Amino acid sequence: MVATAISCAVQGLAGVPVTVEVDVANGLPSFTIVGLTDRAIQEARERVRAAVRNAGFEFPARRVTVNLAPAEVPKEGSGFDLAIALALLRTEREMRLDDVACIGELALDGGVRGVAGVLPMARRLAASGVRRLIVPAENASEAALVEGISVVGVESLAVAAAHLEGRLHLEPVAAPPLGGGPVPGALDLATVRGQALAKRALEIAAAGRHNLLMLGPPGAGKTMLARAFAGLLPDLGPDDALEVAALYSLRGRLADRPPTSLRPPFRSPHHSVSRAGLIGGGAGIAQPGEVSLAHRGVLFLDEICEFPRSHLEALRQPLEERRVAVARVRATVVFPAEFVLIAAANPCPCGHLGELSGPVCRCPEDAITRYQSRLSGPMRDRIDMMVEVPRLGGEALLSGSVEEPTALVRGRVAAAQARQSERGAAIGVTANALLRGDQLLDVCRLDPGARDALTAAGERWQLSARAYHRVLRVGRTIADLAGEERVGRDAVIEAFQLRGQAP
Amino acid sequence: MSRRLLVPGGAGWPAPLDDLDELHPSLRVASVWVEGELPELPGVAVVGARRATPVGREVARRIGAELGGRGVTVVSGFAEGIDAAAHRGCLAAGGRTLAVLGCGLAVPYPRAHQGLRTELSLRGALMTEYTAWDSPLRWHFPHRNRIIAALARAVIVVEAGVSSGALSTARWAADLGREVLAVPASILADGNAGSNRLLRDGARPYLDVSDLADLLPPLDAGPTPGDGREPSEPPRRRGGAAPGQGALGARLLDVIGAEAVPRELVAHALGLGARDLAVLVGEMELGGSVRTLPGGLVQRVHGPAGTR
Repeated sequence: MVATAISCAVQGLAGVPVTVEVDVANGLPSFTIVGLTDRAIQEARERVRAAVRNAGFEFPARRVTVNLAPAEVPKEGSGFDLAIALALLRTEREMRLDDVACIGELALDGGVRGVAGVLPMARRLAASGVRRLIVPAENASEAALVEGISVVGVESLAVAAAHLEGRLHLEPVAAPPLGGGPVPGALDLATVRGQALAKRALEIAAAGRHNLLMLGPPGAGKTMLARAFAGLLPDLGPDDALEVAALYSLRGRLADRPPTSLRPPFRSPHHSVSRAGLIGGGAGIAQPGEVSLAHRGVLFLDEICEFPRSHLEALRQPLEERRVAVARVRATVVFPAEFVLIAAANPCPCGHLGELSGPVCRCPEDAITRYQSRLSGPMRDRIDMMVEVPRLGGEALLSGSVEEPTALVRGRVAAAQARQSERGAAIGVTANALLRGDQLLDVCRLDPGARDALTAAGERWQLSARAYHRVLRVGRTIADLAGEERVGRDAVIEAFQLRGQAP
Repeated sequence: MSRRLLVPGGAGWPAPLDDLDELHPSLRVASVWVEGELPELPGVAVVGARRATPVGREVARRIGAELGGRGVTVVSGFAEGIDAAAHRGCLAAGGRTLAVLGCGLAVPYPRAHQGLRTELSLRGALMTEYTAWDSPLRWHFPHRNRIIAALARAVIVVEAGVSSGALSTARWAADLGREVLAVPASILADGNAGSNRLLRDGARPYLDVSDLADLLPPLDAGPTPGDGREPSEPPRRRGGAAPGQGALGARLLDVIGAEAVPRELVAHALGLGARDLAVLVGEMELGGSVRTLPGGLVQRVHGPAGTR
């Protein structure tokens, strides 16, 4: 007697539909699960046995074999419990299970518990033609975000069985409206006093999605500026928002960020984070790391020079390719990781370089060079802008200057981004930070004054080709913010001011 | 590299060292090892903190260049910070400089200065009273300072703390009857109290090379060719307004004055937004009249030695 149910495994961000086949045969009573399973799935035998019994059904005293197909896909976690139990019940009962997928972990008393990754699974199942989905009640709202699939949340195996037998009608969960709710920890730009240059750099970074390094002594406000930066990015489109929510769902971190949020995520891992935590990985099938949780948003690395060198080297792939590939014994998975990197560092080991009163910097020159070179050349090449964030004296903090609120700056950023996507549609580049060297001169359309400035600066500072490219990319964004078709001399000059001491 | 041992009364012995013997027989210098060609002595000593600020290093570099540019030997202690900056400034201006070490000539100390050392042995000289492999022991340095003071007509102290080696050099100089000068430093920054106290106690303030006029007879020889500017010219005319920046550029130079100034203050004083200030400073940096320093500071560039 064979019965089947549909469930789903995840590999990276992609789901893989899994058919759960249950065979009940005569023979010595036993319960076997096959199909490239991990330990949690083997333990499902105990959970399913107890849950079936405690939900008021009878567990067959026969030979039970479960196969999770396709058998070559590695499978993990406790999300198959519900599908196994329902397929087992189906061997003896009439149930409509053919276009229904089931995801959920069973408790011994027959309850259904939430699992991670329901959102990416629901997306994959909907894409492969499954029309109905039964999930744990606590995962119902995230799954309901996916279009084209009707989602039912259940709290127990008994309810799920009754629903499928047609004895109990359950209303599909309505998709929660997108948007709403400010990002926790967000900060309005106007609450940061002074630091006009840094704010200008943040605006440019947001407009062109340029990576930015802020150098300044402790307490100058680098962290506040970074948190305000997240607010400068425009809202995500619904597709992007869903993709971001799927990544959070995989990590079981939807509590950090509601899946309905349209705000770009902001992540600020501490420098004690593990490499797997930062890049992705972990035992078994890889989990997304901080770089992927920051997808379409901001990755803020405070004290970037304190991060282990190996972590920073590992950041090169996501910075260059906008995704990470994490290799594991059983599978290599790819996560998207397209973020704006905002890094902060002390300018020197003591942190007081550039201060004129109180504790001033007395680090030897070579110690400063050594400290700043902890950020390797290839990393620096990926950071288009560098800005100094000095600690301000009392008068600058108290002066009655009017600070621009986030909403105003975000409007300019959105306009500049619109200009970029309009122009970039032809060449497939939607942000100036992604422009390649060979595209730059075409896109920048330098006017003669700008050309002169570039030549003069090249002679004066002996710029490398990469440094030129950084300046051109940033200059293009400055012109976009000003609504100018061509990149003028002022834009190039300002870009030079923001290039920092490039190696 | 040729190393020679000089003894009192022998060939090449720098006569000013005999003043130590006169001060007290226990201070006598029995012999010195020399590498390179000994420049004309006495010179002018420039000494100060090892852990100097970027501003201090710039000041020392300029003094070294001013002295070196008019043929005055710069004597210093080859330490990191002020000493090295003074040696470098002097060499860059084509001058002659002497480093008095606290260790033997064969000891590579400080390790970071091996490039400077090569230059010194080619275009200046190194001197020590220790034998080739003597280590740089702690107590060598205060002892060595008496030689620096003896070989100088005047000692200029840049950025010294209250208990620094530079102050011990200044005390030796006072005992030997040499002139002591100090460069005024910010009273806000920690660690400048030593040199500022020297000023309070009657040291002559050093503002530019004309403060040494009475001590250096050959000064009236004028600037050496290649230096390219008048020593006593007021700074206002030196930097000059950047071409094309007009009145705003001139005002910027006014606001900056001689020392490095935070951008935020400049913006405030000129009433400029971040963007306009970046363009203005950028244009002037490109023109070579100002430069930006780490820490968001803007500084006026003086003369050809100031370019990076």
